[in-house]
Formats: sequence, C-alpha cells, structure tokens
Amino acid sequence: MLTQIPILSLLIWLPLIGGFLVLFGPGDKLLVWSQRISIFVSILILLLSGLLLYMFNGASGEMELSEVAQWIPSLNINYSLGVDGIAVPLIVLTGFINLLVIIGAIGSIKFRRAQYFSATLVLTGLMNGVFAAQDAILFYVFWEAMLIPMFLMIGVWGGPNRIYATIKFFLFTFFGSIFMLVALIYMGSSIGSFNIADMQKMPLSLLEQTWIFVAFVAAFAVKIPMVPVHTWLPDAHVEAPTGGSVILAAIMLKMGGYGFLRFALPITPDAASEYAWLLIAFSLVAIAYIGFVALAQQDMKKLIAYSSIAHMGFVTLGTFIIFNLASVDISSMALQGAMIQMISHGLISGALFFSIGVLYDRVHSRNIADYGGVINSMPIFGALMMLFVLANAGLPGTSGFIGEFFVILASFQTDWRIALVAATTLILGAAYSLWLYKRVIFGKPLNDTIERLEDINSREKVILFSLAILILALGIFPQPLIEIMQPSLEVLLELTDSKIVEVAVGGAH
Amino acid sequence: MDINLVAVASQALNQVSHDFWPIMPELFLLTAASIVLILDVFSTDLDRKLTYNLSQFILLVTGIMIVFQFPSSQDFLYHRHFIHDPLSATLKISMVVLTGIALMFARPYILQRRILRGEYYLLHLFALLGMMLLVSGSSLLSLYLGLELMSLCLYALVAMNRREKLSAEAAVKYFVMGAIASGFILYGISFVYGVTGKIHVADIAAFLNDNEASLTLRFALVFIVTGLAFKFGAVPFQMWVPDVYHGAPTSTTVFLASAPKVAAFGLAIRILVFGFAGALIDWQSLLIILAVLSMVVGNLVALAQTNIKRLLAYSAIAHIGYFLLGFIAGNTQGYTASLFYILTYAITSLGGFGCLIYMAKGQQEVSQIDDLKGLGQRNPWAGLLVSFLFLSMAGLPPFVGFWAKLEVIKAVLNVDGLIWLALVAAFMSIIGLFYYLKVVKVIFFDKAENDTRIRAERSLRLGLGITSISVIALGLFPSQLLEFCKQAFQYI
Repeated sequence: MLTQIPILSLLIWLPLIGGFLVLFGPGDKLLVWSQRISIFVSILILLLSGLLLYMFNGASGEMELSEVAQWIPSLNINYSLGVDGIAVPLIVLTGFINLLVIIGAIGSIKFRRAQYFSATLVLTGLMNGVFAAQDAILFYVFWEAMLIPMFLMIGVWGGPNRIYATIKFFLFTFFGSIFMLVALIYMGSSIGSFNIADMQKMPLSLLEQTWIFVAFVAAFAVKIPMVPVHTWLPDAHVEAPTGGSVILAAIMLKMGGYGFLRFALPITPDAASEYAWLLIAFSLVAIAYIGFVALAQQDMKKLIAYSSIAHMGFVTLGTFIIFNLASVDISSMALQGAMIQMISHGLISGALFFSIGVLYDRVHSRNIADYGGVINSMPIFGALMMLFVLANAGLPGTSGFIGEFFVILASFQTDWRIALVAATTLILGAAYSLWLYKRVIFGKPLNDTIERLEDINSREKVILFSLAILILALGIFPQPLIEIMQPSLEVLLELTDSKIVEVAVGGAH
Repeated sequence: MDINLVAVASQALNQVSHDFWPIMPELFLLTAASIVLILDVFSTDLDRKLTYNLSQFILLVTGIMIVFQFPSSQDFLYHRHFIHDPLSATLKISMVVLTGIALMFARPYILQRRILRGEYYLLHLFALLGMMLLVSGSSLLSLYLGLELMSLCLYALVAMNRREKLSAEAAVKYFVMGAIASGFILYGISFVYGVTGKIHVADIAAFLNDNEASLTLRFALVFIVTGLAFKFGAVPFQMWVPDVYHGAPTSTTVFLASAPKVAAFGLAIRILVFGFAGALIDWQSLLIILAVLSMVVGNLVALAQTNIKRLLAYSAIAHIGYFLLGFIAGNTQGYTASLFYILTYAITSLGGFGCLIYMAKGQQEVSQIDDLKGLGQRNPWAGLLVSFLFLSMAGLPPFVGFWAKLEVIKAVLNVDGLIWLALVAAFMSIIGLFYYLKVVKVIFFDKAENDTRIRAERSLRLGLGITSISVIALGLFPSQLLEFCKQAFQYI
C-alpha cells in the first residue's frame, strides 16, 4: 500500500503548492499563519523524505519509485520521475536543509518574510524535481526554473551589492545550461526520446560525445563550480541572505556533481575519459590554489565560499579520476568519496553559513576584523562552531574526513603527484578554517558589543545542534550512506565503459 | 434561344462557388463592422462604450463562426483565390483572440487620452479583416489585397494620436516604410507573373516543380523576401520598428506587436511554402542571413536601451530572428515550431506592452525602464505577473517561451549542417536574458518612489491576467497548443 503513494511527486509539489499558498494566502499581513504553514509544510517534507528513505530499497542500483505520465506526447517528453542511490541522499539532504532554513528565517529575516518562506519552499520543490527527474527536458525545466526563486532571494534580501551578484549568478548559470539544452535536444531528437536512461544507452561517436561533453561541462562546471568559472560563487554567497547561502552551498552546488554523475559520465564516457586529465587538473587547481585564496580573505562568508570551491574540487576529482583507475573497487571508492563529500559538505558548509548568520544577526558585519573573543560571551556557540570548523578542515571523526580520505586514497592509485596536491587540503583547509576560528572566536573581546553578545537562542540551538549531530554521525558511522549508494554507483560504473562500437580493423598488423 | 442562354449562364455560375459558408466569418465581420461604424456616427455615447462592447461582440461571433466551420480538408474556392484549410482557420482564431485582448488594453488607454474615437476600435476590426483575407489568400493578388487592407488600417492606428509629435513621426515613418515594403513585394510579384504567367500560388508551385527556378524568378524571390522582412521587422530592414513602437500610442503598439505578426507569418507561409517550396534552397539562405542578423543585432542593441518601449521593440526584432529559425528548417516540423513561436510571442508581447498601459498614471506614460520601479512592492501580484511575461520572453522554463525556443532549436538541429545556427541562437539568448533580468530587477529589487497601490481598470487587469496566466499555464501544459499548431500543417 505504501508503495502506491506517489512520493516523489509529493516531494516536488507539496513544497511548491505550500510556497504559493503562503504567498497568495496569508502573505505578510498574517505573518503568524504564513509561519505556521511554512513550518508545517517543511516538517511534512522532512517526514516524506524520511519515508522515501524507508521505501527505497537500493539493493539493485536501478531506478525505483518510478512515476511516468505523458506530458508532451508530440515531442515524446514525459513527466517521468525516479530515484536511485545517488539521488536519494540528496533529496533527504534537501528536505532537512529546507526545514532549517525556514526556522532560521524566523529570526533573521526582517521584512517580506512570508515571501521569503515562499521562495524557500518553491526552491525546495524545484530542487527535489532536479534530483528526481528522469526525463532530460523535465530535468532542464526544474534546473532552470530553480534559478528564478534564488535570483529573487539574493536580489530582495541580499547585501548591498546584491544586484550585481544575483545577475551574475543567473547569467553564469544560464550560460552553462543553455548549451546543455542544445545538447539534450540534439540527443533527444536523434533517438526520439528524452528519457535519460535511453540517452545513457545511445551510441555516440567520439566527435559527438566530445561536443556533448563540452556542453555538459559548461553546465555542471559552472554550477559546482570549477575553477575558471567559479567567480560567481563568492559574490553570490557574500550577498545572499543566510538562508540563501545555505541553500546555495548545501544543495545547489551539489547539482553540478549530480549532473556529472547522472549525465556526463554515462552519456559521454569516452569523451569524459579523453578529457579527464583536464578536469582533474582544474580540480587540483581548485583544491590547492583556491585554498590559498581562502586563506587571504577578510570576509567570513567569502572565506567559506572559497573553501566550498576547494571542497567541491574533491567531488570533481573523485568523479573524473575513475578513468585512470584500473580496478572497479577503487573506482567505486573514488565515486563514493565524491558522493560522501557532497553530502558532508552540504551539512558542514550549511552549518558554517548558519554560524556566520548567527554572528551577523548580532553584530551586522561579516568582516573578520570586526570580531574577536566571541567565546567569552557565546560559549555554546563557540563550542559548536569549533566542531564545524574542524569538520571543514577534515578532522577524522567528522563527515568532512571520509570523503576527502576516499578520494585521496583513490588518486594514490593513479599518480602519487595528484594525491600529493590533493592532500595539501589537509594543511590548507586546517589553516584557513582554524585561523578564521582563532581570529573570530578566541582572544579577548574586541569591544563592548562583542562582550555583551547573547548566546544562541533555542531556535539557533535547534539548527546548529541538529547539524552537529549529523556531521558527527556521518563521520563516525558512514556505512548506511555508503550502502544506499553503493549499488547505484556500481551500475553507473558499468555505464562508463566505452560506447564507441569497435570497428573490426581489417588488414594485417 | 433563351433557354440556351440560361443554360450557359447557369453553367458559368456553377463554376463560381455558390457556397458562401467558408467566407462567412469575413463577410460577417465586414458587414457588422460597417454597421457599427454607422451606428458610431449617430451614437451620443461620449464614452464610446457601445462601440467597444459591440466590437468585442463582433469578435466573439466571428471567432465562434470560425470554430464552427473549422475545415477538415484543404479547399481552394472562389476561382482559387481563397483557401479554406486548417492553417487559415488556426491563424484566424488566434488573430481574433489576440485582437480581442488588444482591445481590452486599448479601451482604458484611449479613454484617458484625447484619441477616444469609435474608429479606433473599428480600425482594429478592419485590420483584422485584412489579416483574415491575407491568411486565406491563395493567389498573389488576394494575398496582396489582404496585406494592404491590414497595413492601411495599421497606418491609421499609428497616426491616431496626431497631436503628439513623436506619434506623427512614427506614423509617417511607418507609412513610408510600409509602402516601400509593399512596393518590394508587388515588384517581386510582377516578376513572378512575368516569368511564370501564373498568379495562383499552387500554379507557381507546379511551375517550379516542372522547371528550374530561373535567375529572374530568384531575383523576384529576393524582392518578395525583402518585403516580408520589412513587414516582420527583421534586420537589416528593422529601422522602423523601434521608432514606430516607441512613437505609436501604446495601445496601438500592443496591437502591432501581436496579431499582424501572426498574419505576416501566414503571408510568408502562403508565398514561400505554398508557392516557392521548389526554391527552398534560395529563400532558406536568405532567411539564414536575416535570422542571424536579427538575433545578434536585436539582442545587442536591446542591451543599451533605457526606454522600455524601445527595449521591447528590439527584443521583438530578436524574437523574429528566433522565429525565422523554424522557417529555415524548411519542413513541417519547422513551420509548426515557427507558428508556435509566433503565437506565444504574440501573447507575451501583448502582455509586455500591456503592462505599460497598466502602469501608466492618467495622462502620464511609462517610458523608461525605471518607471517600473517597485512594482513588486506596490502590487506584488502585478509584479509577479509582469515578471512572468519577461521571463517567458527570455525563454526560461516553466514559461511558454521556453517551449517556443526549444521547438525552433530542435527544428534547426534536425537539419544537417545548421547546428551552428542553434548555437548562435543559444548564445544570443544569454544576452537576451540579461536585459530581461534588468527589467525584473527594476520591478522587484528597486525601491518604489511612491507606495500607492496601482488602481487599474477591470479590463486592464483582465487583459494582463489573461496574458500572463496563459504564459505560465501554457508553459506547464504546452501540449494542447503544440497539437493545435501541428494540425494546422496537416496538408503541407
């Protein structure tokens, strides 16, 4: 009976309907009701994603809980949903982060709060759609539509330079994805189906694969973001309101990684393996160079933004290193590392942005220089932030350690130099994270304001403690997560075998 | 003797179709509009409410008639000057609906200005009559006749606000440019007649089937395509578009940007596809140049605009570029895509220009982009609806503009060797996005100068509501409209 619930549709449409209900129902005039509806809907989403976890079997690695309905028959575009072990953790993460963002907004958003709730809920629905879509065009619709609420979120509730940041964010992302759309249409019209599974099976020549791969990289590298196209992220993060930064860092960046796994690797395996060296190189630049850039930041949010880029470097490294690995076991470990890194970074960067939000709501500054000695007035907060910062630095026992460790371990099997560069994150990550912590939290109180800060209230406690528990839980006991995704990653690895049909070479050699 | 004469006469008459049913909507529209014109002269109603209501009623009846006589086959009637097929009926229904919505926007606008005349509504009806004849024309003569009837009414509509300097300039410009365009088309037609000796598009197609397209015929084709490009406003024949869109009364611009584009599509289909399908290679290469130039110039110049009407005008030029992509594909799928594109664009631009009327305060016009400041704050609903329209023009899902863009890109991707065209279209739409975002930014992020709520007339709210809600509804469920466009081309 339980299997008859269209759970994926519910996960998409419930927040969407909830968002519009808040906007056009009580709105800002009846803020209490908007608040109640938003929290109710968010709890429902979280419960539903828990139910999804329960309903999901995952042993086969195939798509489950599929829902298919005709959408545009003349183009053979369907409303087709389904999840595998790669998507499920991300959907659960989305549901979880959504609730925290809604709770966080109650304290920190001062104007047009109902609209903020509504934007968050709509965004959540669309993001669930991205992870659940099994039709390429449906995926693209969610993927692009998602930009609109985020654009409004940064633009309305953001910092002083928000308009520059939000337009840059929108244009960068759109720039990448429009070429992906062309590639998707190209593939879709040549096989007459926009089903992602059909695209994964379609034969493509190396030339076609190369161009399609370029389009995919343009879309996903901007989103994740990889090095030459990462510049929108620091701007967007700095200007976005706390909740916007959290959603950006925790979920939106993961879509780049998800896209690589769902589209780039299985559809264009030969091109991916041909150009893996380039993407590995950019990943290493992200890890090492951006680590140094983070070290030099004066703005807390910017520092975390750069650290995000460096951490996402591990996701791309883990994804593309598989082409240099001979053994399936190690390849699958690299992919596991990439996936765990995505989930873990979602939690850690979310937690760090919430922490900065806590400070910002009190002091109204993001400059590191305006802080110092916060521990004296906010001991509980100081302790929690300690955990987040250490997790960001990749301390064993936190979730931040496992992903990086897996990826570094896998890259050792290809070239020790790659592993060496990747391992610099252990030093750089520790350096910028701990130095940030030292400057902000330790020492004598900088001034009266800092001395008289109030420690976190119960709402903030809920947010930060729940994140802390998950970070520790995942760090100590990652096995359930690995079990969920392992079969799907193995299926994915099979799909990355060469697609080019071997032409029998005649003549004598 | 007498009996013999009667027999001859009746035989002759038999060749003429007695059946007036297919042309009934046009006949009704003509008669009814003429009657209302007379009524209007004797009417003492200062608000011209009666004329407006009657005009809307006429549109309704015409629309219903077209729906009821929706053809299931392709018939050439009245000495084969008139074609009655699903395509013409599809286009007619769309144009009637678009004209109706345009009138909703026009009503409050002309009420507040000194251009309140009954003719204003009736000129819309006569222009519609021209367009309906145009899309049903199956000989070069009837096509030209329809085109001229439409154009004359449009010239008059643009010139309505004759006290306004800008308006007068626009009217002269539009008239001169329009006349040149018509001249080009006529010149081309005369060459075609000279070479083939035929006037019916079907005969020309048959001629081209048997003979190679001679140099003279191709020469004629260049003139016809040029004339069409003038009418569409494709680069490099776009100079009049921004000036006319800017100078004309906003309510006229609303109309100009919608139904006549659909009619021009009909003209292009009838001449190029029905007549010159045999010379596809020739006009295809011309259209490629027009499309690329329109997309590039339209989008780039729109970036620099601060006047919202001019911005929308340049965006219209860019949209014509995308629209032409479907034509370039040169197959049914492509024409379907083009029709879908032009229909959705017409709806969107109705709303886009309509929102300027919605925002206008009394006599004061909305001209700068900055005049839209804080719309989201003053009227969150209206702000949201207007941004739907602009985001749809940018081609973002889940709005209908996305499907239009998808369709045309798909159409060119299916033609070998035109992938680059799809990439150009994709790239230019990024630039397009920037200026549409600028408008959305002004609506939502900039502070309003005054906080008063906008109080607009019911017909304006209705018009804006219909356009923007259909933009999102068609975006979520594009299938029906796609099928509607597809069935129009079942006889090509």
